[in-house]
Amino acid sequence: MSERLILLENINKYYGTQHILKDINLYVRDKEFVTLLGPSGCGKTTTLRLIGGFERPDTGNVYFNGKIINDVPPNKRSVNTVFQRYALFTHLNVFDNIAFGLRISGCPESEIPLKVREMLRLVNLKGYESRDVTSLSGGEQQRIAIARALVNHPKVLLLDEPLGALDLKLRKEMQRELKAIQQKVGITFVYVTHDQEEALTMSDTIVVMNKGRIQQIGTPVDVYNEPKNAFVADFIGESNIIDGTMPEDLLVKFSGRDFKCLDSGFEPNEPVDVVVRPEDITIVPYDKGQLRGEVTSVTFMGVHYDIRIKTDDYVWTVHSIRQAFPGENVGIYLHPDDIHIMHKSIPEPSDEEEEEDE
Amino acid sequence: MNRKRISTVPYVIWMALFVVIPLLLIVVYAFTTKDGGFSLENFSELGSYTAVFIRSIVLALTATVICLVIGYPVSYILARESASFQRISNMLIMLPMWINFLLRTYAWMSILENTGMINRFLGKIGVLALLGVDHIQLINTNGAVILGMVYNYLPFMILPIFSVIQRLDRSLIEAAQDLGATGFQVFTKVIFPLSLPGVLSGITMVFVPSISTFAISKLLGGGTSLLLGDLIEMQFLGGAKNPYLGSAISLIMMIMVMVCMLIMNRFGEGEEEAVML
Repeated sequence: MSERLILLENINKYYGTQHILKDINLYVRDKEFVTLLGPSGCGKTTTLRLIGGFERPDTGNVYFNGKIINDVPPNKRSVNTVFQRYALFTHLNVFDNIAFGLRISGCPESEIPLKVREMLRLVNLKGYESRDVTSLSGGEQQRIAIARALVNHPKVLLLDEPLGALDLKLRKEMQRELKAIQQKVGITFVYVTHDQEEALTMSDTIVVMNKGRIQQIGTPVDVYNEPKNAFVADFIGESNIIDGTMPEDLLVKFSGRDFKCLDSGFEPNEPVDVVVRPEDITIVPYDKGQLRGEVTSVTFMGVHYDIRIKTDDYVWTVHSIRQAFPGENVGIYLHPDDIHIMHKSIPEPSDEEEEEDE
Repeated sequence: MNRKRISTVPYVIWMALFVVIPLLLIVVYAFTTKDGGFSLENFSELGSYTAVFIRSIVLALTATVICLVIGYPVSYILARESASFQRISNMLIMLPMWINFLLRTYAWMSILENTGMINRFLGKIGVLALLGVDHIQLINTNGAVILGMVYNYLPFMILPIFSVIQRLDRSLIEAAQDLGATGFQVFTKVIFPLSLPGVLSGITMVFVPSISTFAISKLLGGGTSLLLGDLIEMQFLGGAKNPYLGSAISLIMMIMVMVCMLIMNRFGEGEEEAVML
């Protein structure tokens, strides 16, 4: 897990006047499962297409195994892609779809059936050889697309929101299956999604992107527990984000009072974003709360209740297994452990003129 | 009878009157002699027209192949252009079809005649003198007939192919590249096979009118090269006046066209349905 297989260095990309990718620096190690995560229009698909060879960077370099590959066309790269809408060849049956890459690369015709069968077994579609691809369900088409890409034994498999079109249950099933396939074939996966849960469950490394910029790179646990800024905190999981200041180390002031916390290294009285996860908030009796407010809504979510508590200056989202009732006066208790302090993110100067590209 | 049924009645009557009955009449006529008896005589007479059948098929096939050779690249290039360019060029392709068919063909006559535009031009620049002839025979040749067919039916080849290629999902091309295909392989292994439904419907739409045309061969072929269409016309309106034989020829031609289309459909089986315009 140490070798840097893919390296993106100072990449910038423009579509006309739109600045799509801003100073992207990223590396992908061999056999790693990397997820590019972000809202639509954040540049994650463009980043994937740079690796696939469908886009050229305007500045910066793409390295593969230490060599610059900016100008290498897609057909000469040892990566394969699973496209968003599968892009199966409708004029070919399942067998010929999977055999497509093998035939192009001049694999002897006698070896092809064995390799195709092996791939179909890998994606759990044994015996589908002569099926017409248009007669398959979304999930089956998805598996064929994966088999078609993997049969060529690429060094890297690129997946562009491959589960986007599937229903929830099938998506969860495919998430597990994809992870299993990745471990079985032992190659690098670069995965694009806007679904934070998908990213958390499958990845070794998550790259959070927004507005063409990388916000944070880390393991799922890091990104969830130690988000670098308010955007990451808000995008991955739910968060309460409040404006505050740091009078001194280990002390933060918001909502009109001081709280102990575990963060330090800020300028005296620096304005900060205070982030608290909804599940980290404890509801206590009204007079015992550090903050006091009124329950405005309660929604049953299955495992927990989603409770909104209105205090003087903020509506807190709280996840609790203890039920509350609208109109009830309650107190909020925050443990120093659960208060995360973040530098205010520097606003993007060109934010207003940007439009979503997807 | 429910309402849905009733609403189809006018169409059923129309189809019966103007499609089914005339077809049946042709079949009946084809098996009838001048004195009204049933006979296969008309068909045995067809043997003497073998040359006309062959010539018609050869000329129509040639025109179809030329249309395909010209039409496919045009459609392919067009489909990759911007939408506004596509609109304008589609308009230009359609434009000649708004002018009367006979008028268009007469125009070609005046271009190809022995004293027509081309020959006069060649005379002016001295080519004819150089060759030592006083004109080059352009009109009243098989070439002129084929030219007429290609000119008139080319749009029927371009439009269906264009619309199929234009709707091709770009990600299919990227998928092929991704799997290692070169530009040429992308074309032969993905784009062309996927555009086959358009090609097949283009071929049908050019071949069928080409094999049955009579005006083009009459005006540009000068009656020297008799085609099936001319032969049928002669039996019904011309000197020969033998509608029984004419019906037999029509019947055979219809069967030929139907066989062609069946073969085409077999080719296109499992493909997207052919696009008809």
